[in-house]
Amino acid sequence: MKKVSITTAIFAMAFVSLTAMSCKDSEKEQSKAQDNYTEMNHDSADSGMNHDNMSASNDMMDSNTQSSDAKQVLADYMALKGALVATDEAAAAKAGRKIETSLKGFDVSNYTSDQQKELKDIIDDAIEHAEHIGKSEMDHQREHFKILSKDMIDMVAITGTDNTLYQQYCPMYDKGSAWLSMSKDIKNPYYGSKMMTCGKVQKEIN
Amino acid sequence: MKMVKIIVLVLLVIFVGIQFVPSERNQSNLVPEADFLLVNHTPENIGKLLQVSCYDCHSNNTEYPWYNKIQPAAWFLEDHINEGKAELNFSTWDSLSSRRKASKLRSIIKQIESDEMPLFSYTLIHREAVFSDAEKKNFIQYITQLKDSLSH
Repeated sequence: MKKVSITTAIFAMAFVSLTAMSCKDSEKEQSKAQDNYTEMNHDSADSGMNHDNMSASNDMMDSNTQSSDAKQVLADYMALKGALVATDEAAAAKAGRKIETSLKGFDVSNYTSDQQKELKDIIDDAIEHAEHIGKSEMDHQREHFKILSKDMIDMVAITGTDNTLYQQYCPMYDKGSAWLSMSKDIKNPYYGSKMMTCGKVQKEIN
Repeated sequence: MKMVKIIVLVLLVIFVGIQFVPSERNQSNLVPEADFLLVNHTPENIGKLLQVSCYDCHSNNTEYPWYNKIQPAAWFLEDHINEGKAELNFSTWDSLSSRRKASKLRSIIKQIESDEMPLFSYTLIHREAVFSDAEKKNFIQYITQLKDSLSH
């Protein structure tokens, strides 16, 4: 009898441990916790975003009109960049989920068919990176931000931009990495305070 | 003690019960045209690494271990395979644009470099899936080369 209960106990333990090992659930809980955290200290990230939004809508007079969807994606990207500059993982995750939503809602129907094809490709790729940023640790977020930045640079090449953008470049991160900024000043999203001013303006995009 | 017996009995009934729930099997006999190894003419030593260490969860063909016949292990595997394939499926590699390919290759390099892949829960049982240092170096070199050959 003792043997039987030991065997059943082993089975029960195996069952429980396997259930507990299902990593999906723990991931969900983690992101829930992150949500709570961002809710609490979201103010700082928000004000940064509003600032970007304001400057984005400032000069609508340009002939090269950027669609509102493209504008939203870029604004979300800037918010994400801000969170990475601040090395705020929770805010970056939240911004990642935000840009993911904006990318998914991007209506490309106003562009030529060639542009549409290219844009869809860029958007698909960017969504994937945004998803990862939404659920990863800071190191991973920055890795994905690098490729997301490349996608954004290519996107802007098609959609144009109402504001002047600065393509900036840090030669140290991962054999050289670029990003977009609204301001000329270097604030490094790949290193944050560790190397805040590492980088240079590579290109001015009008 | 009676309580313990009841709990054990209940767990046992659950355990037996879930054995009757079927799980989907990820297997196909054809080598798809878009397969990574096929399109890239991957050299054999690298191809073998991919097949042994990656293809179980990142292709349309899984070589199942014996415990796949037992629930809840089968669910656990099914879940992993679905998640793995959603992230990267070597069987449908060529359906990706070169931008997406470059992205995936970059992620592969990062995952292997940081030892995040193959998953620990996988290598725990599949000891042969562990990359040796030399294999790792060769593999990363190959993937990097492939990435650089794409325009993006």
